[in-house]
Amino acid sequence: MNNETSVAGAAFLARIEPRLASRQPAWLRELRRTAWQWLAEQGFPTAKDEAWKYTRVAPILATPFQPAAPGSSRQPSAESLERFAGDLNDSCGPRLVFINGFFAAPLSALEGLPPGVRLSNLAMPLQAADAALEARFAHAFRSQPQAFTALNTTLAEDGAFIQIPADTTVEAPIQLVFLADAGVTPLLLSPRVLVQLGAGSRATLVESHLGGGGECYLNNAVTEVELEAGAVLEHYQLQNQSTAAFHVALLDVRQAEGSRFVAHSLALGAALARQEVRVLLEGAGAEVALHGLYLPRGEQHLDNQTCIEHLAPHCTSRELYKGVIDGRGHGVFDGRIIVRPGAIKTDAGQTIKNLLLSDSAQANAQPRLEILADDVKCAHGAAVGQLDEQALFYLRSRGIALAAARALLTYAFASEMLELIHLAPLRTRLEQLVAAQLRGAEVAA
Amino acid sequence: MLEINNLHASVEGREILCGIDLRIEAGEVHAIMGPNGSGKSTLAQVLAGHEIYQVSGQVRFQGRDLLAMPAEERAVAGIFLAFQYPVEIPGVGNLYFLRTALNAVRRQRGLEELDALDFLALAKERMALVEMDPGLMNRAVNEGFSGGEKKRNEIFQMAVLEPSLAILDETDSGLDIDALRTVAAGVNALRRADRALLVITHYQRLLDYLVPDRVHVMANGRIVQSGGKELAAELEQHGYAAFEQQPAVAPGARP
Repeated sequence: MNNETSVAGAAFLARIEPRLASRQPAWLRELRRTAWQWLAEQGFPTAKDEAWKYTRVAPILATPFQPAAPGSSRQPSAESLERFAGDLNDSCGPRLVFINGFFAAPLSALEGLPPGVRLSNLAMPLQAADAALEARFAHAFRSQPQAFTALNTTLAEDGAFIQIPADTTVEAPIQLVFLADAGVTPLLLSPRVLVQLGAGSRATLVESHLGGGGECYLNNAVTEVELEAGAVLEHYQLQNQSTAAFHVALLDVRQAEGSRFVAHSLALGAALARQEVRVLLEGAGAEVALHGLYLPRGEQHLDNQTCIEHLAPHCTSRELYKGVIDGRGHGVFDGRIIVRPGAIKTDAGQTIKNLLLSDSAQANAQPRLEILADDVKCAHGAAVGQLDEQALFYLRSRGIALAAARALLTYAFASEMLELIHLAPLRTRLEQLVAAQLRGAEVAA
Repeated sequence: MLEINNLHASVEGREILCGIDLRIEAGEVHAIMGPNGSGKSTLAQVLAGHEIYQVSGQVRFQGRDLLAMPAEERAVAGIFLAFQYPVEIPGVGNLYFLRTALNAVRRQRGLEELDALDFLALAKERMALVEMDPGLMNRAVNEGFSGGEKKRNEIFQMAVLEPSLAILDETDSGLDIDALRTVAAGVNALRRADRALLVITHYQRLLDYLVPDRVHVMANGRIVQSGGKELAAELEQHGYAAFEQQPAVAPGARP
């Protein structure tokens, strides 16, 4: 840690007073103390940190954030509810809604679940002396401690808790909606999501992080997913935060034998966002596919970090990320693939494509392959380019005006990712969001 | 309809068109023949408004200064280029693309825009003209089309957009003899007294179906000879070698 970051980090932490003494199970208090201690000693990452090479923590540390308190915004403002009305009405089926990271029961719906499925907010089980929760709640921090995970572990008091028993299929997508309603105080939100799918179970999860109104806050989210043998989870993550907000998220996934995980990430909002996905393929024949679309414009900085670790033989991993970058926006993709000794017959593929729409748009794509086993297949490719001149001419030669032709080609580039979305209502909504974002990009250009 | 005077075009300082003069009247079919690299395709692209070329000279289309218009304006004014190499555009649906184009043209002509249903009916009717597989319409523009399917798609687009001047750039290349006959029949069906065709080709065979009023030979960026339809047969027999050696414009080359 360099000195500047160290001073700013200490000041940042000094403003946050974790309620370490409040009533909670002993293991939790101990874990929070350890995480807080770690953070005080190790501090925040700097540019020398490979994983933070392109994303500066300084603007986050310079903002006087206060942790959101339970009850501070249980009643969201009417304005805020109106803003998200579309997102809320859209989702029929089970739904948990959180305001500033805390459960909003009146906005939530828990019916329609098969027997044995547990879907609740996290505050309750966390307060109960549920020892089974300890290992799971502690995993993200203990397995690979890092600053924002430690911060979330210290502060997270609520979030979602999903447990699906073996051989159970949840047909309706489970919606988790995290709304920010920060007002004028810069709030630090620390939602936590724990998901566990028993052997052979199947589910779809839609996790939305939303904000607006130009509010400034830091959403520091951690989602942990455990898939037992043969379980299948389709996970959608929408980031559409206020354009003045910061968003740091970790999605940590562990997969047992023959399980399958498909993730779709759409990053639209925030001044600065860094989404990290960590996947451990622990059981033979597990499969993972990570899809991401990020559309920074204006001064937005959207960073995607992925790390897929092949620990067992015959596992497959696929990554496809696309960025459309306009204005002075900055898009980052950093993808690590680690193939551990013994993970024979690994089949890994990673593709990143960036489309730059302006001269000051910036893209960084960095594949990092660490292959420590024999008999594996690892392919990767990264491309960055502009709109195809020949295609533009073709469209214009048919009478389509330049601006419309550019918009058509830009949307077409992004639409490949939207076509991967299987949930029709969600796809329609995301298509609209992407089109709106790209239209904004046109105006800004 | 089209009057080209002393048209020059260069790309990256290299002159490709070195003074083209050509006059096409409504209802006429003109053929441009010539060896590879003679500038035929460049002429087609320059007329359609490709911006890669540095252009000088004068081109009047229906009395308007064509060179001052961007590509899309030329298209709505009634110029259509059937590409030698139609571009694949992943992610843009064929039908959506063509309806957007047609409605841009219709707006210009003061006609009402077509909604999806009306457009579909029109598209089906025009597709039959070139015996195009309707299944291709639901795919992205030219994506995964065979060479022949791409060429049919160009003529299908022409049939939908109904241009005043259609420039066919080697539409015959990549077509087998049956497909050639079908596509040529489609083009013939689109011939009208107020529509002109400029047909660019290497070979006479397309001109057996699309009988030209005038044939022009291009070599080294110039039109070096013009004549009636019998000129095409002559070229087929003797080749272009004689023209390529001629440094200057042959006498009587003026169209």
